[in-house]
Amino acid sequence: MTDTILETKGLTKHYGGVHALSGADFVLQKGEHVAIMGDNGAGKSTFVRQITGVEQRTSGTIHFDGKEVRFAGPIDAREAGIETVFQTLALADDLDVPDNLFLGRELTKFDWLGPFRLLDYKAMREATIAGLERTAVKIPNIRNTIQNMSGGQRQCVAIARTATFSSKLTIMDEPTAALGVQETEQVENIIRTLKEAGQPLILVSHNMRQVMDLVDRIVVFRRGRIVANLKRDETDGQDIVAYITGAKTGAEFEGAA
Amino acid sequence: MADSTQGTGGLKFDSKRRAWPNELNILFALILIIAIFEALGQTLPYMNDQSFLFDTRDRFDSIFNEARLRIIILQVAIIGIIALGVTQVIISGGIDLSSGPLVGATAMIVMSFAQTELVNGGPNPKAVFGEWAFDLPILIPIMVGLAFGALIGFINGCFIAFTRIPPFIATLGMFLICRGIAQAWTRGKPVSFPTEGYAGLGSGMMPVFWFLGLAVLFHFLLKYTVYGKHTYAIGSNEDAARMSGINVQKHKVLVYMIASMLAAFAAIILSSKNLTAQSGMGIFYELYAIAMAVIGGVSLTGGRGSIIGTVLGAMVFGVIQSGFTYIKLDAYFQLMAMGAIIIGAVVLDKVRQERAAKRI
Repeated sequence: MTDTILETKGLTKHYGGVHALSGADFVLQKGEHVAIMGDNGAGKSTFVRQITGVEQRTSGTIHFDGKEVRFAGPIDAREAGIETVFQTLALADDLDVPDNLFLGRELTKFDWLGPFRLLDYKAMREATIAGLERTAVKIPNIRNTIQNMSGGQRQCVAIARTATFSSKLTIMDEPTAALGVQETEQVENIIRTLKEAGQPLILVSHNMRQVMDLVDRIVVFRRGRIVANLKRDETDGQDIVAYITGAKTGAEFEGAA
Repeated sequence: MADSTQGTGGLKFDSKRRAWPNELNILFALILIIAIFEALGQTLPYMNDQSFLFDTRDRFDSIFNEARLRIIILQVAIIGIIALGVTQVIISGGIDLSSGPLVGATAMIVMSFAQTELVNGGPNPKAVFGEWAFDLPILIPIMVGLAFGALIGFINGCFIAFTRIPPFIATLGMFLICRGIAQAWTRGKPVSFPTEGYAGLGSGMMPVFWFLGLAVLFHFLLKYTVYGKHTYAIGSNEDAARMSGINVQKHKVLVYMIASMLAAFAAIILSSKNLTAQSGMGIFYELYAIAMAVIGGVSLTGGRGSIIGTVLGAMVFGVIQSGFTYIKLDAYFQLMAMGAIIIGAVVLDKVRQERAAKRI
């Protein structure tokens, strides 16, 4: 069990009468990259929101890094080591790169000053540069504000948080949905760097080519249930589409969908 | 390692092109405005070749017209103190309309704790309280004033942060409440004759020293502390700030409290300078303070601006006001011209922003 970073058992979320997610059993090994696929409303985002503590689950258990966890909010999850790159990125446009990376967890001096404690700009800049190097993200001038950056660079900044805080698990929710071809490539390169560094990743994506290129394993959601758990090397796009549309259901999940 | 500089989507990123600080633009605007008034002074037929800011008649030891400079800076110092607070509120994405009436209310309350018993040997008739409130140590009126400001700011902040009513409405309500307090406090009568110590707080050039001292302090707080960083972050992207774990509600209450305490402090200095408090004190101050901040490049959409900008904005404001008097512009037209300049400043800022957005 020591190789497992994340395990959910019977994870269920009901919104009133709507069963958005039922009995999801999911395992992620250390260093593994897994894609979550599925149609709109299949339960992908609901699943991610339960893990990251954005919402509270109806039932089921989550084990993270060997301990059972129950996050009260996304900040709890982040402190435990789960870094999420949200679709909206959650960046403050008027601040520069280190400011954004350290937003809400600034490195400070003279902490007895309470809310007026001093910012340690130098330490934050150094940690930022180190983090960017680890993810191979190259931003020419980290003291530029976010609003002066392209969509791809913004995405890179959001992803670079992961490396800067050496988190234990990264979750990306459609990181390239709004990006052009070149920018998508840039983000995919970062994901490959994470793989080389042995960082586990959950990638929510609609992009079949991207998924087949990047991940080890593909988990397909349909109607709030996991309907397939496929090794990348043993499957193909046709197969996955069949699971997504419901034409096929995984052997171990018979009767689930 | 994979090279992620490949394909930045056609963006040419020039690290040498450091962002041009907006404060420099305002400084140039200030110099330009002075030059315009100087030129008008030379050309207008009724001006007799008077200089606007320079000493052409050898009335002073320096090359400047010191009397006018002193008046300009004194005029803006007290409203400038309010503008320091308003700057923080606007950077956090809010607005504070209550500061002007708060000056009136605070001045009335504070003055009634600062009265002296005997004026020129005769008893001082206009006390609000009984005999015990005469000749109190100077610290008491100051503390009462700051506490009152903190209370008003706390109420403002709580309504804005917790009930999520727009800051415009919350502080507009407080605007009326504070003016009401100022009028009800003595049923409209002025309160006069403070103790000698209290009168010293705002005498002579003291308001200028307070203004500049506080400007330095808040420049430091906004630039180098967590308080400042979170203020910018909330104004820039409130959702991102919340997701990053910043206690947005608590922070907003703090920002409004500091702003109101600065307005209360301005009231202390103003009443000390005038040696009297009237319920009508501070009329239009909230708008002038907002105007100083906006001229100084503080963005009404939040997230951008600086104390240096606001101080320069205050100087522009003072120079324009004094310049209008200098070219003998009718007082009725002065207000109209001022309004036009404020609108112009916001339009210019908008144009500049849009051009910056297009460059990318």
